[in-house]
Amino acid sequence: MSAAAPVAPTGPLIEAVRLTRVLPETVPVTLVEDADLAVAAGEFVAVTGPSGSGKSSLLYLLGLLDQPSRGEIRLLGAPTAGLDGDARARLRLATLGFVFQFHFLLPEFTARDNVMLPMRALGRVGAAEMRERAEAILASLGLADHAGKRPDQMSGGQRQRVAVARALANAPAVILADEPTGSLDTRSGEQVFRLLRDLVDRDGTTVVAVTHSPEFAAGADRRIHMVDGRIVDDERRP
Amino acid sequence: MSLVLEIATTHVRARARQSLVAVLGVATGVGFAIMMSALMQGSQVDFVQALVNALPHITLSDDRPAPTVQPAERLYASAEIHGLIPHRRRKGIKNPLATMAALEGWMPGAIAPAVNTQVIMSYSGRDVSATVVGVDPAREPQVSNLAVKMRQGTIRSLYRATNGVLLGSRLARKIGARVGSNVSLTPPNNVRMNAEVVGIFHLGVRTADEGTIYTLAKTAQILADQIGLVNEMRFKLADPMIARDVAGRITAETGYLAVSWDEAHEELLSAFRLRENITVLMIGAILLVASFGTYNIVSTITHEKARDIAIMKSLGLRERTVRRIFVLEALMIGAAGAALGSLLGFALCLFLGSLEFEFSAFTDMTRMPILYSPAHYVTATAVALVSSGVAGFLPARKAARQHPVAIIRGAT
Repeated sequence: MSAAAPVAPTGPLIEAVRLTRVLPETVPVTLVEDADLAVAAGEFVAVTGPSGSGKSSLLYLLGLLDQPSRGEIRLLGAPTAGLDGDARARLRLATLGFVFQFHFLLPEFTARDNVMLPMRALGRVGAAEMRERAEAILASLGLADHAGKRPDQMSGGQRQRVAVARALANAPAVILADEPTGSLDTRSGEQVFRLLRDLVDRDGTTVVAVTHSPEFAAGADRRIHMVDGRIVDDERRP
Repeated sequence: MSLVLEIATTHVRARARQSLVAVLGVATGVGFAIMMSALMQGSQVDFVQALVNALPHITLSDDRPAPTVQPAERLYASAEIHGLIPHRRRKGIKNPLATMAALEGWMPGAIAPAVNTQVIMSYSGRDVSATVVGVDPAREPQVSNLAVKMRQGTIRSLYRATNGVLLGSRLARKIGARVGSNVSLTPPNNVRMNAEVVGIFHLGVRTADEGTIYTLAKTAQILADQIGLVNEMRFKLADPMIARDVAGRITAETGYLAVSWDEAHEELLSAFRLRENITVLMIGAILLVASFGTYNIVSTITHEKARDIAIMKSLGLRERTVRRIFVLEALMIGAAGAALGSLLGFALCLFLGSLEFEFSAFTDMTRMPILYSPAHYVTATAVALVSSGVAGFLPARKAARQHPVAIIRGAT
């Protein structure tokens, strides 16, 4: 398993200050409003709330996939406002890993190729090392025998684990997961939760996961609850 | 293999049937574009070559392009002369030998004097009008390919008979004359001359083969009723493309009208230029239509791959990387189509070149004149690649600009 990127242990890894996202429709829709949040290195944060409460929107803002209407996001201590599309993409590639509700693997590529995709896009290591690392990550997630399989040759749980492996490809500082167990059966969902938990406990990876599952939320270090785009509760597990 | 190339290849391969249809569309466009270029340019080059080879590059006649300047006009700037009755000038080029010697001093080519007159030729009760060209058999081969285009007899056969003539093949066939036939030539002064056919030539230019009679200069002078007359000089240049400039200089130096081969056939060459433009438009249209196929397939792929594009962007692939993937897909289709189309074009050219029939009013071609030029293949390939690139760029740009969040939300 690859180690998480070295980060300063004291300061927050991700910091959101009065974060607001309003969709400029005819009648403006507020997705996230005045959200203040600081996530430290090695934390496992679960974001909960009813549907339409702004959980995923917050995650996309933290992951630099969307841009806030107001407020600021600091990633690894550096402000992200004013970065152009390329710089944001580069930062995402090197620092963040995404896992979505659906695996979203490229269907024509094998599990190994899907995991290698972010590495190849970043281009920091040679082809042989990429392959070796991809296979090592897959093996650490129990997918050693599935490296050469395409997504349609695997089960839902296996695909989601490959998606986690892809998120880990560039040894990101933070993994952002949007309902990673939402489309899985209970057993597969538990497997994916254990996987993320292990990443935090064993490798010190930071995980921010949006979830509807009370069990998933209960297993996290910290639970942030959102209602109508606002963070209404921020509870740390003792 | 680079990431962009691998993804592009995978996309194209995954949609093999649609990709093949797009490739065939481009290939058909390229193939027919090459065939049309080869045919159109081939016929043009063939015709121009026939003109250039068969006829003199410049013809100097005894016409004067400007009226004679009066001595008083030369001396006094204010002199105005009205009501002049022109002096009936003796026909022909003055001092032809001195003129030829002066021109040979600088002109890059050969000169031959000629005597030109019109006659009615009669044989076996048939009358046809023709142009008699009196030539010097020693000089003529330097300015035209008459000597090598003789079907019967030689140019020197003109010395064999008292009034020997060489007939164009079509003219001879028209009146039924052969070598040894005695024909009758009636010039404008109606003093009939009997002549013997001593050879048949075939220049390959219909107008020349149908209406020209070659004879010795002195025989033509008798027909023109003017001993010592030289009313035409014929020039062959090392480079026929400079004929127009050289003709201008000859006119300026001699005062007689010199007309280059391209000026003499200006209307025809203008028609060729027009045809060239039409060809370019047609080829452009063919390739444009072919590029719609490429647009269609790339557009379909980007539509189908919207989710993958969003994921790639969310992972951190830049917009231009995503754009490159789809432009590359279009270029791959364009390149495969161009390669296949080049083969198709070559095969079509070979096929058309093998057909044999007579169809030209100007020359007597029996096969379609095909010009095999790498430029046709390079141009068609370049146009196919550019149009495919543009056809791919538009959906690629749209795909690259897609907001990943909107697609991810839509997909979930």
